[in-house]
Amino acid sequence: MATKEYAFYPGCSSQKGASASNYLTSVESMCKTLDVKLTEIPDWNCCGASIGYAEAGELPRHVLNARNFALSEQHMPGKEIVATCAACWLGARETRERLTHSETLMADTREALKESGLEINEMPNIRHMVEVLIEDLGFDEMKKHVVRPLEGVKIAGYVGCQTNRPFGVDGESFENPLYLDKMVEMVGAEPIPDYEQKVTCCGGALAFSEPEKAQAQIKDIVESAYDHGAEMIVTPCPLCQANVEIYQGQVNKRYGTKFDIPVMYYSQLMVVAYGGDAKAAGLNGQVIKARRLEEIAAKPVKR
Amino acid sequence: MSANTAVADKYRNNFLKEIEEQVEMGDWVKMCMQCGVCSGSCPTNFQSAWEHPPQELFMMIRAGKREEVLTSTSMWNCTSCYNCIVRCPRKIPITHIMHGIAEYAHRIGKAPKMQATRFFSVLFWKNCTNTGRVNELKLSLGLYFKDGFVQGVKNGLAMQSVAIGLIKAGRLNPLELFGGHKCKDQKGIQAMLAKAYEIERVRKAAKMAG
Amino acid sequence: MADIKVAAYICKGCGLGERLDADALVKVAQKDGKVPMAKSHDFLCNADGVAMIKNDIANEGVTHVMIGACSRRAKTEAFHFPENAVARANLREGVVWIRPDTDEARETTQEMAEDYIRMGCAEVKAMTAPEGNPNTGGSKTLLVVGGGITGMTTAIEASKTGYSVVLVEKSGVLGGWAGKLYKRVPVHEPYKSPADTGVADLASQILADGNIKLYLNATIAKTDGSPGKFVVSIATESGATHTEDIGAIVQATGFTPYDMNKLPELGGGKSANVVDQAGLEALAIDAASKDGVIRRPSDGQPVKSVVFVQCAGQRDPTGKHLSFCSGHCCNTSIKQAMYFKDANPDVDTTIIYSDLRTPGNGEDFYRSAQEKGVIFTKGNVAEVVPTGNTSTVKFNDLILGDADASIVDADLVVLATGQVPNSGVNIEAPAVAAEAGAVEVKPISILNLNYRQGPDVPHLKQGFTDSHFICFPYETRRTGIYTAGPVRRPMDIPQAREDATGAALKAIQALENAELGRAAHPRSGDLSFPKVRLEGCTQCKRCTVECPFGAIDEDVKGFPLFNESRCRRCGTCMGACPVRVISFENYSVNTVGAQIKAVDIPDEFSEKPRILILACENDAYPALDMAGMNRIEYSAYVRTIPVRCLGSVNTIWITDALNAGYDGVMMMGCKSGDEYQCHFVKGSELGRVRLSKIDDTLKTLNLESERVRDLEVAITDIQRLPEMINKYAAELVAVGPSPFKGF
Repeated sequence: MATKEYAFYPGCSSQKGASASNYLTSVESMCKTLDVKLTEIPDWNCCGASIGYAEAGELPRHVLNARNFALSEQHMPGKEIVATCAACWLGARETRERLTHSETLMADTREALKESGLEINEMPNIRHMVEVLIEDLGFDEMKKHVVRPLEGVKIAGYVGCQTNRPFGVDGESFENPLYLDKMVEMVGAEPIPDYEQKVTCCGGALAFSEPEKAQAQIKDIVESAYDHGAEMIVTPCPLCQANVEIYQGQVNKRYGTKFDIPVMYYSQLMVVAYGGDAKAAGLNGQVIKARRLEEIAAKPVKR
Repeated sequence: MSANTAVADKYRNNFLKEIEEQVEMGDWVKMCMQCGVCSGSCPTNFQSAWEHPPQELFMMIRAGKREEVLTSTSMWNCTSCYNCIVRCPRKIPITHIMHGIAEYAHRIGKAPKMQATRFFSVLFWKNCTNTGRVNELKLSLGLYFKDGFVQGVKNGLAMQSVAIGLIKAGRLNPLELFGGHKCKDQKGIQAMLAKAYEIERVRKAAKMAG
Repeated sequence: MADIKVAAYICKGCGLGERLDADALVKVAQKDGKVPMAKSHDFLCNADGVAMIKNDIANEGVTHVMIGACSRRAKTEAFHFPENAVARANLREGVVWIRPDTDEARETTQEMAEDYIRMGCAEVKAMTAPEGNPNTGGSKTLLVVGGGITGMTTAIEASKTGYSVVLVEKSGVLGGWAGKLYKRVPVHEPYKSPADTGVADLASQILADGNIKLYLNATIAKTDGSPGKFVVSIATESGATHTEDIGAIVQATGFTPYDMNKLPELGGGKSANVVDQAGLEALAIDAASKDGVIRRPSDGQPVKSVVFVQCAGQRDPTGKHLSFCSGHCCNTSIKQAMYFKDANPDVDTTIIYSDLRTPGNGEDFYRSAQEKGVIFTKGNVAEVVPTGNTSTVKFNDLILGDADASIVDADLVVLATGQVPNSGVNIEAPAVAAEAGAVEVKPISILNLNYRQGPDVPHLKQGFTDSHFICFPYETRRTGIYTAGPVRRPMDIPQAREDATGAALKAIQALENAELGRAAHPRSGDLSFPKVRLEGCTQCKRCTVECPFGAIDEDVKGFPLFNESRCRRCGTCMGACPVRVISFENYSVNTVGAQIKAVDIPDEFSEKPRILILACENDAYPALDMAGMNRIEYSAYVRTIPVRCLGSVNTIWITDALNAGYDGVMMMGCKSGDEYQCHFVKGSELGRVRLSKIDDTLKTLNLESERVRDLEVAITDIQRLPEMINKYAAELVAVGPSPFKGF
């Protein structure tokens, strides 16, 4: 019997062979250690993400998210929905807020859902994985499982946008959220609380459509991490992770920089600190290899 | 000019009203107090080719500058970072309005044709609603080939190193081109979305007529 | 002079006993201070210590008390001996708290303390206990001039407090400008729509109040006397004059809208369809009496579009129009735009502003107007061109960067002109040559004061009456006369109501103090008052000209005639008097002069310079005390004497100090000029004018100009002041010792 159980909304990028598949690997391993049970919502669909706006309109976007709510209710009534992806969490949560505040929108959504034979009776809570960790488990509980502290590793906590705005994690400021730094500290590494680019936008979807704009922002984010002496960057968002990691080569070409800094998920740090090996932490999924973490993950565990 | 792009009678000389009724969250436009915090907070405001910051777009709407607003590329520069929303002292949902104006301009055929983000936005939505889940490979290729086959190959080559990096890391699967992840109940999803579009269309049309 | 018996008490509490040699201090008091009775006590401000002093006063015939303990600003209740002359030597904040506790510093610290004991003994001997002003008046009636919102509120508030009021209104009705409004800006939740003005309610309260005597169609013909005993002649329309005995006066004469005819470029005076805000109120009242539709004045057609031009003739940098912001006009235009929107949402209403300023809860009101569809456009209006029945408003759109923006076919244009205070004659304006053909109409006096310095209260800037903006907003420079409402500064109705309440209370305080022969603020409760030795007076008129409060008139021979209850006890007259015949019982040329002379000046070889600090008791002295409380060290070579105001400093003190061998003198007074912070308004300015001539004195004495330093000090200069003192001490070392030592 797991201590905590949730309906799980992994999102498109977490699927096998997709851009954040290593995120899912590490989350699964992390949850096993923390005794958190995630049950995937059957046949879940894409949240539509913020970038779909040109065609999405208002109602279709909410209907898309509402379908996931309905499926979750059907299969796991009363369970909170947990997302690991910032965009999934934001999209679902926004739909929840809108539907809760507009009877018309709710009625219209119900009508559309009928077409796929689904219905919503109760609005689920939408949680991000870091909320589950911080609020439901707490730092003390998370720290208990640390058996291989990441001693001496200096890590820039890059929170980015969508786990931080417009909703954010409860109790954190939009301008200087600290939870990621606390997580870095929790795994025994050294945080950089005054990392000034921690909430700068990575460019989001513009990294695809207008790369020069996004890459200018990515450059600032990486440069500042280097300026603070960081060895790696950690983030809670798949798009942040991808944008900041995979375009470093292009940024180098554009700006003549020599960036080569690994960008990790918080869950990867935790898995290594919890004694997991490189595979369990999804370290093989790094485009820029996290050598330092690989070394630590190869060390024996002090028990 | 198609009938679609012509101004509805109701909105002649009242662009603000048009935005209020046809754009998601458009009724907030009148509440802007022109402090400029959104402009100063927008990450893309500090880059080239940025015509009008949100605050200015709102003022243009109030001043009835319909053509300039709807054909502008500005709202397509939005990265959905939500910085403007959390900083706006009037709590105006600026990000949503930017998306809303863009969506409306796109809907009535006023948006700049080959604007890259517009193209990508449409591509993304079609990609994800097609099977219910995003196919990242098709999405990328779709974007590269937006300006034709030759340009597509060039774009693809330019991004080759990125793609190879991802493939090596197991985060991009070439086989996705031939299917990939999908929802089971695609039929239900299509029917549901069709209904949603229909309801929304009826509601907007009623406002325009009303 | 009656026999005096001086006693000196040295406190050993608060660490004084550990840091100082108290026995030596007692000896200094006896030997140098020539005080027969000198004692030390472990804890002077406790019940036992105070009882000891009281016992000496009661049983030993002690008349003069010198307390060597903490600052005169501390323990004032414990050391309160109203029947006696009391001097305080500041050994705590002024000595041990600003000196390091080291063996090295011990000698200079002790010397410092000993000097303060000498100074305190010398001072107290030159003092007498103040008796209080005998020329008091006991009228408890308040005169309120002006029957607008401010005046009515003042009258009602004072009456509710139990004081009788005479209310004089120039016109035939109560209400002032507020009475001409259709509605007012809301002051209650939810701040969303225009509200009733409340004028009718206030007016009926006045009429029903037996404590308030109302004169309509009346003006003030003459104001004689001083607080507590003003005699005011009220002229009525019929030509009759009524005389009233008045204790204190509140002038609430309000404002006049800036004349829009001076704004022809904005269409002012060029079309009936261009009105000012008062004009729009009249149209709205007219509409309300008919079908509720506001109509175009030119042809009576309903207004379909209206443009509000903010800052019309206001915030003008060219000097042609008003330079200031009147504060209420943004909210007023928002309210007026709602007149239209509430009646018919289809009326186009545009407010063109450069900076929207919405005081109070105006931000909610502004938001409500946006919700109602009022369009706000940020821009500067360049021109309003009326043609036929409409106007074109041309403006520079500041957001869109469009210099040629325009709104065409506006049915009505409303100009938000500002408030021009009705403040009477500017008595300090340089006399304008009549032959220059000045077109300005000379303002008519409001109070017709029978004062040597002129018939109205002095103005500060832009015609608004002068008051100490930070500390005493309602006080004018005429004691017992208060201004409230837009005559004092531009404001809206809620602010005027608050002003009225404050002024009523200050006026009541003033008339009560006057009856007891005490000073009003800032030396509230002070019983001393200026005494003049007329036989020595040369009728030079410096005191009658300089008194910042117009307290001194002249008799037929040109001798000064003191009106003590107009006096604020600043001592500016005393500082001004070249023959030094003006003094207070507890503050005089002698009380300070004796302290200066009492200091032991070491010879020039000792390398112990002496610096005299004359510090304003309102700002500089508290700042020095606070430096002590913060244990910020400064030079042991300074000897500080508090003065009532820089204006009270008589140049003889500086000459005496330099002659006595002091190496330098620091003057610490408040900021002067238009942005003054002087509690006596003009005191520090007049003091500085006098000091500017000190260079001549220095030349006569063959001394360097560095020997006298004028410092502008604020109460917040807690860190800066010690730095300035130390810097000056170092500079004086470079200048070298005074050549006057040892004479």
